[in-house]
Amino acid sequence: MEMWRQVFQYKESLFREGILDAQFTQLQQLQDESNPDFVAEVVSLFFEDSERLINDLTRALEQKCIDFKKVDAHVHQLKGSSSSVGAQKVKNACITFRNFCDEQNIEACFSCLQLVKQEYLLVKNKLETLLRMEQQILAAGGAIPMIE
Amino acid sequence: MGLSTESQFHVLAVDDSIIDRKLIERLLKTSSYQVTTVDSGSKALEFLGLNEDKHKDTNQLSISPNSHQEVEVNLIITDYCMPGMTGYDLLKKIKESSSLRDIPVVIMSSENVPSRINRCLEEGAEEFFLKPVKLCDVNKLKPHMMKTKYKNNHQNPENQENEEISEEIQPQPQQQQSNNNNKRKAMEDGLSPDRTRPRFAGGLTVASN
Repeated sequence: MEMWRQVFQYKESLFREGILDAQFTQLQQLQDESNPDFVAEVVSLFFEDSERLINDLTRALEQKCIDFKKVDAHVHQLKGSSSSVGAQKVKNACITFRNFCDEQNIEACFSCLQLVKQEYLLVKNKLETLLRMEQQILAAGGAIPMIE
Repeated sequence: MGLSTESQFHVLAVDDSIIDRKLIERLLKTSSYQVTTVDSGSKALEFLGLNEDKHKDTNQLSISPNSHQEVEVNLIITDYCMPGMTGYDLLKKIKESSSLRDIPVVIMSSENVPSRINRCLEEGAEEFFLKPVKLCDVNKLKPHMMKTKYKNNHQNPENQENEEISEEIQPQPQQQQSNNNNKRKAMEDGLSPDRTRPRFAGGLTVASN
């Protein structure tokens, strides 16, 4: 029970701080006995996808002549995957990023890239911790706390 | 309760994002539908048996009559924004094809652009879902599939019996094992074949509205 309470509080803080949003709860609701690893699988796809896109973005912004269309396409994809897992701060950073892409504002695009990286690393760290804690609860035969 | 009617429905989901494919697949399976996912519009057409002609003669979209019905598809749900063929292009191709046009098409998009939505609806899409798609969206699919089921049955008198949609007393809708023999295409990479194994409703079936 102590463990459960701890996880509940941790999870609640992720929602309160806006790191995660309701979409993450949707994901968890789609997980059941027949698909016990669904959330972990989706989250690890999100990690792979984000890292690839952040690398692509970094490379695209390093070019002498920046192709903003290309940058925007990468950011659009990252926005899509972050919103599909409920990584709200990454998603919001992507929305800002796209506006600066539109304006072709190089300086602002650079700082957005930094922000995206930072938010991604934050949510990655938090999700890894959360999923590890939830795994322990499940292993002990308990149920995962849900935040509505 | 017996088998849910949903398990007789087969949905083809098209999305270039692996995360979103995984998500839509789970949403549909939770609702007891059979699901096949593909990562592009051209793979979707291939799965449907629509031969994209070597020379892009759109008037010449030919169907090989045998291959087409190898796997019945009751609904297509596709992402709008994909590299190459967009969801809108795919929608148009389907509506232009005499053998596919009755399959309901639903478009998903992460962007809420009214002109885009209207364009798709005018072109014959049944619904437009904003991403990320939710369970309550998926619940709207069934009525569209019921419509086509009826139509198909006209052409397929043997199945007539199944048409009576008695939700509760459904003795044993044949789980169409026969569909199985031609699934080879689905085995190729990128396609996740649906299960023809009967799915029992136990707990999983989300009550359709």
